[in-house]
Amino acid sequence: MSAFQTKKLPEFKPDLESESFSPGKILLATLKRDVKLAFRRQSDWVNPLIFFLMVASLFPLGVSPEPKLLSTIAPGVVWVAALLSTLLSMDSLFRSDFEDGSLEQILVSPQPLYFVVLGKVISHWMMTGLPLTLMAPLLGVMLFLPFEGMGGLVLSLLIGTPTLSLVGGIGAALTVGLRKGGVLVSLLVIPLYIPVLIFGTAAIEASLTGLPVAGHLALLGAMLVMGLTLAPLAIAAALRISVSG
Amino acid sequence: MSFDSFSEFLAMGGHGLYVWSSYALGLAVMLGCVLSPILTRKRLITEQQRRLRREEETSS
Amino acid sequence: MPRWFYQLASPRWCYQITGRLLPGFAIAALLLLMIGTVWGLAFAPPDYQQGNSFRIIYLHVPTAYMAQSIYLTMAIAGAIGLIWKMKVADMVAKSCAPIGAALAVLALATGAIWGKPTWGSWWVWDARLTSMLILLFLYLGVIALNSAIESESTAAQSTAVLALVGLVNIPIIKYSVDWWNTLHQPATFKVTEKPAMPPEMWIPLLIMVIGFYCFFAVVLMLRLRNEILHRERRTSWVRELLLQMRG
Repeated sequence: MSAFQTKKLPEFKPDLESESFSPGKILLATLKRDVKLAFRRQSDWVNPLIFFLMVASLFPLGVSPEPKLLSTIAPGVVWVAALLSTLLSMDSLFRSDFEDGSLEQILVSPQPLYFVVLGKVISHWMMTGLPLTLMAPLLGVMLFLPFEGMGGLVLSLLIGTPTLSLVGGIGAALTVGLRKGGVLVSLLVIPLYIPVLIFGTAAIEASLTGLPVAGHLALLGAMLVMGLTLAPLAIAAALRISVSG
Repeated sequence: MSFDSFSEFLAMGGHGLYVWSSYALGLAVMLGCVLSPILTRKRLITEQQRRLRREEETSS
Repeated sequence: MPRWFYQLASPRWCYQITGRLLPGFAIAALLLLMIGTVWGLAFAPPDYQQGNSFRIIYLHVPTAYMAQSIYLTMAIAGAIGLIWKMKVADMVAKSCAPIGAALAVLALATGAIWGKPTWGSWWVWDARLTSMLILLFLYLGVIALNSAIESESTAAQSTAVLALVGLVNIPIIKYSVDWWNTLHQPATFKVTEKPAMPPEMWIPLLIMVIGFYCFFAVVLMLRLRNEILHRERRTSWVRELLLQMRG
């Protein structure tokens, strides 16, 4: 009798509501899907990286190869290049999902859109912002950024680039229904990027001069937290508007 | 009146060019702001009148 | 919700009421701007540091101030349009953007002209000028987005979202630009830090600000009426109006 009871099949639990709909799972599933897709379509995330490298190498050619001058403009140049290459990659965030119709499926599905959007933005950051951050020290060396500045450079990009992806996502969501969204996204988003740029370069400059960096990084972190909470709401609203229209 | 003569008023203490050019620019921009919707309105009304007339002709 | 709120939602009622309000506001704007300009240019005493070049303040400050309040108006109208699906609010938001952009350009241009005799160069990366430049960029983004989307209702909703995102960002931008400026700028001569203005200097400034508010109201109503006529062109009341105009 007891043996029979232990062998009893596990009760069927309809986990539709309890588990697969939990925010964490939705986020993870979206993240996995998007990262997998990005690995299949490599140009989407490799091209912005190449662009990053090329833009940064234009400055020595255009301004001057002199180490002293380059090391003073290096923080700004690396940050501006990172900002531009994030912008370049922004258009692909929702574009392919919009074109093959899966975006509409996501919008009509009962899952909270907030977490799907958040998952998509995080995966986008993992494919653009994170590689940019890892590549930044290379550019720092090319532009004669002193060694003391490297820590500030990597940390500020690590905290700042997710905010760029989040804010850029709003622009991408607003223009997803348009045939030519590319330049428009930049127009909409660049003014909103300015605070991140200011505090990002300030963090590098502070670490160059030996001043405490924590304050700048904390401000970047505050912007990131604000972006994490508010930007997915705006992106979700914008997606609903531009897909239904 | 903080100026003694009209020529002094025009000279603005040597800054006349700056002061007058900015006020001229201001006048131009503000006139443009007012005129552009008035012109748009005229165009809009003639367009709609024309459409109305066309519809009357086709219906009769 | 009060009754006038629902009436505002009716384009026809809005068209009629703005038609009745327009002459009054136009006269007020004209009078106030003329009085303010003449007072500011001819009667206000010269500044003890800048002499007569400070008279640009009577154009620069009101336009800069208006550019900011028009953005606020646009974002609020956009939010009302988003929440209550009110068509008139969408039209107000759309009509605001070009006026705000024009005044922001004017504020920047007069700032640059004022900068030449004061700072010695046409452009200085002063915190206020830089914030105004970014505000102009925000306006340009709103206008670009609005003109890029063909469907009128989608365009209105999208620009409302963008305007609201911009509104959340304006304090952050302003704070960061102020902070950036103190970091990079060695102590420059500040236009605004001087002993409190005597009344004969600030009263004309106040008159100009009120005048610019009336001016904004006039241009907004003109644009709004065009917008209403255009969108309601198929309705019977516009048809009657057109027939009346024909005489």
